Amino acid sequence: MLLTTKNLGITFGGLKAVNEVDFEVERGTVAAIIGPNGAGKSTFFNLISGFHKPTTGTVTLDGEDLTNLPAHKTVRSGMARTFQTTNLFMEDTVLDNLIVGHRVRTKSNIFDAILRTPRLRREEKESRERAMESLAFAGVDRLAERTVGSISQEAQKRVSIALALATEPKILLLDEPAAGVNNEETEGLATLIRKLVEHEYTVCLVEHKMSMVMGLADKIMVLHHGEKIAEGEPKEVASNEAVIEAYLGAEEEDDA
Amino acid sequence: MELFLQQLINGIALGSVYSLAALGLTLVFGVLRIPNLAHGALYMIGAYVTYFALTSYGIPYIVAIGISAAVLALIGVIVERLVFHPLRNAPHTHHLIAAVGVLFFLQSGAQVLWGSEFREMPSPFTGVINIFGLNIGQQRLVVIFASILVMAALYWFLKKTVPGQTIEAIEQDRTGASLVGIDANRVSMMTFAISAALAAVAASLVAPINLVFPTMGEALNLKVFAIIILGGLGSIPGAIVGGFALALAEVFSSTYVSNAFSEAIGFLFLLVVLAVRPTGLFSKGA
Amino acid sequence: MDALGRHWKKIALAVIFVISLFVPFFVQNNYFLGVIILGYIWAIATYGLNILLGYTGQLSLGHAGFFGIGAYTVGVLTVGYEFPFWPSLLIAVIASSVLGFLIGIFALRTRNEYFAIFTLGVGFVIYLVIERWEGLTGGALGLIGVPYPEGIGPIQFDGPGSLYYLILGFLILTIYIAWSIANSLVGRSFMAIRNSEELAAATGINVGRAKQLAFAISTGVAGLAGGLYATYIGFLGPAIVNVPTTFEILLYLLVGGMGSLSGPLVGAFLVTTLFQFLQQFEAYRLVILGPLVVIIIIFFPKGLAGLWHAAETRIRKRMNKNPAPDESSESAKEEAR
Ligand SMILES: Nc1ncnc2c1ncn2[C@@H]1O[C@H](COP(=O)(O)OP(=O)(O)OP(=O)(O)O)[C@@H](O)[C@H]1O
Ligand SMILES: [Mg+2]
Repeated sequence: MLLTTKNLGITFGGLKAVNEVDFEVERGTVAAIIGPNGAGKSTFFNLISGFHKPTTGTVTLDGEDLTNLPAHKTVRSGMARTFQTTNLFMEDTVLDNLIVGHRVRTKSNIFDAILRTPRLRREEKESRERAMESLAFAGVDRLAERTVGSISQEAQKRVSIALALATEPKILLLDEPAAGVNNEETEGLATLIRKLVEHEYTVCLVEHKMSMVMGLADKIMVLHHGEKIAEGEPKEVASNEAVIEAYLGAEEEDDA
Repeated sequence: MELFLQQLINGIALGSVYSLAALGLTLVFGVLRIPNLAHGALYMIGAYVTYFALTSYGIPYIVAIGISAAVLALIGVIVERLVFHPLRNAPHTHHLIAAVGVLFFLQSGAQVLWGSEFREMPSPFTGVINIFGLNIGQQRLVVIFASILVMAALYWFLKKTVPGQTIEAIEQDRTGASLVGIDANRVSMMTFAISAALAAVAASLVAPINLVFPTMGEALNLKVFAIIILGGLGSIPGAIVGGFALALAEVFSSTYVSNAFSEAIGFLFLLVVLAVRPTGLFSKGA
Repeated sequence: MDALGRHWKKIALAVIFVISLFVPFFVQNNYFLGVIILGYIWAIATYGLNILLGYTGQLSLGHAGFFGIGAYTVGVLTVGYEFPFWPSLLIAVIASSVLGFLIGIFALRTRNEYFAIFTLGVGFVIYLVIERWEGLTGGALGLIGVPYPEGIGPIQFDGPGSLYYLILGFLILTIYIAWSIANSLVGRSFMAIRNSEELAAATGINVGRAKQLAFAISTGVAGLAGGLYATYIGFLGPAIVNVPTTFEILLYLLVGGMGSLSGPLVGAFLVTTLFQFLQQFEAYRLVILGPLVVIIIIFFPKGLAGLWHAAETRIRKRMNKNPAPDESSESAKEEAR
């Protein structure tokens, strides 16, 4: 197992946003997390990637215990993530947004910067190359010189994934990678995710678009009110009573 | 003991002024997320308006305060429309910087118009009352009672009237409030109006004890920020408690320690508290 | 034409540099020369603020306090303890930087508005300490007789002319440091934080440590400006350390353009000299500047550098007469969304 959580949970002022979730992701697979709005999916990602400190449980990546590490250290250990809303720097070029992605693998410091040491030059060059490679992988290298604000929503999603790739991760956590893009583009993003797995990355994604999840995921976990209510292959989960109920229930709550 | 009680009364009077001024600041922050660094300048202008109403037009003190509150409410609305409304989607640094611009303008405008001399504000309440052997200036009692009155009125307005409740609604839940159709623009203007009026009342009440001059809001500005941070940005009870706490700490440390220390105590306390609790003493979460 | 187009920045820089070298020859009047020197000193202080606010996105309102730490360290050591100037300046820079680093440990636990107000408090407390610690700082009366720097080899610093070159040298050093930070992975980390702390952390940047570093550099540069100010003016009073000085530095940065390399120099130099030469407006200075700040932050939040950049882009577009057709249609398509 590449990623394992045991009993992972967090409480926000009495609300159990994530409640003792056991979860595993096998290397080289796609795992999906689904659930109604407010189920705790993003919070689960925040727990795994060190943005929130869990109140219970542990997180292990590739045998390494990440439970109480701050976010930037989880990245060093191979965790990369995207956010539900893109927060790239809109006025900068795509490439400039990407170069810093490799920073976590570099060592040059302020003195290297001021003295313009060979190490700085080498690492700058590496970071630039890594950025271009990641963009090419995500299929957006031709947009490298454009400002992020001027490219399409779908392209921005790809750039976000490229940024995560630039950190040289073992696993990518993608929070709603296909939110706000049309069906055709969603298909394109699904293809990109398949390509990630073919290149031996591991992917864990949160997504509301069922067609995408069903076609991609090797396994699915369903969260509801912070709890894991089902887990398994797409077909099993789709026919699971509790899941259907949770979704119908959530719809009723929304209607009320 | 006598000194202690005397200073206690002074501290409560000063605390009422701090609380009033801090209430205005914390309202604007709570509702609009704007740290209005120009609040001290509005306070100063409020004192001048009362001063001129009193001396140039012979308007009675209490009425003059009312006029000053109204004028400042108008100025508050103008500042909101011209400066902060256009910046409503800008990053917080821009709010702070714009507020600094307003501060520059009001403070140096006062200096140009009215000169930098210190003016004494005449108040009808010059007498001294003797209670239990303590000599208490009438003006101090006026400050205390007037402040309590204004705070009670504010409380009533926020809790019991419809416009007041819209302010509270937005303060508690911005998106939810806009969903139920509350006009954010109106609330925004109203909040600024109330905030500036509160500053005007605070300044007009304390001016007969201190003096009126263009930089009179400078130290206060920093102090009210200290108060509302301690009380939790946006918290109304926090502003009141913080105002009295700071005033008492100042008064007693100037009596029993030193003047310089009493000036710094608010800030030292502020720095210590924030160092330990980065989001203030009474804030939720974090 | 094309070569000029491509290299005009370097050419312009070279021209400005040569002009700056000859300034003392054109400007024989010591008063005017003094105005320019002060403009340089404030520019250095503004570069300090730019590293924190412009690059890293953290608004410190205690900048004048650290300027004051630098100024008073030089003042107290040279006047009070008869230290030579050069080691005093070095100590001043180190002291303001280390103090910034230490205060940053606490200040940077706070965020956004809280950070601005925390640093405002820090600045004010530094001011109070300087104003009240009479035994050390001379209190409200200040320190008189801060000496000029000792000569280095054959070069003597004995008047505005030679000090001009000294301070120009420090200004160029500061600009170089700012440039080298902006054009390095360190600077990219700062700017990532300015854009989004969350995203920066998600790309593996140690946000806390990077901010701490930016803060220490920023206060160190402020201290350098303060130390130079002390020796150039020769007199120190507490007013210069007070909060309004921070606001003025902020204004310089705003006019010039936050986050740009040229902004601090342009803004500080322009605003200080403009107002020195328009002495009759002295009283109205802030009455004019206040609304100006508001107008700039609302309509031109990137200052002159931003306006310049926009103009440059427009000219460039006009000069590239035939852009690739597919690209323009694509951008039109995207704008339509
Ligand atoms: N920092 C926080 N503090 C308090 N409550 C929070 C915090 N973050 C999330 N929550 C709460 O935790 C619950 C789960 O939120 P989360 O964002 O994880 O849901 P989600 O499954 O990602 O929903 P969506 O599909 O809408 O993105 C919600 O009730 C939310 O209000
Ligand atoms: Mg979510």
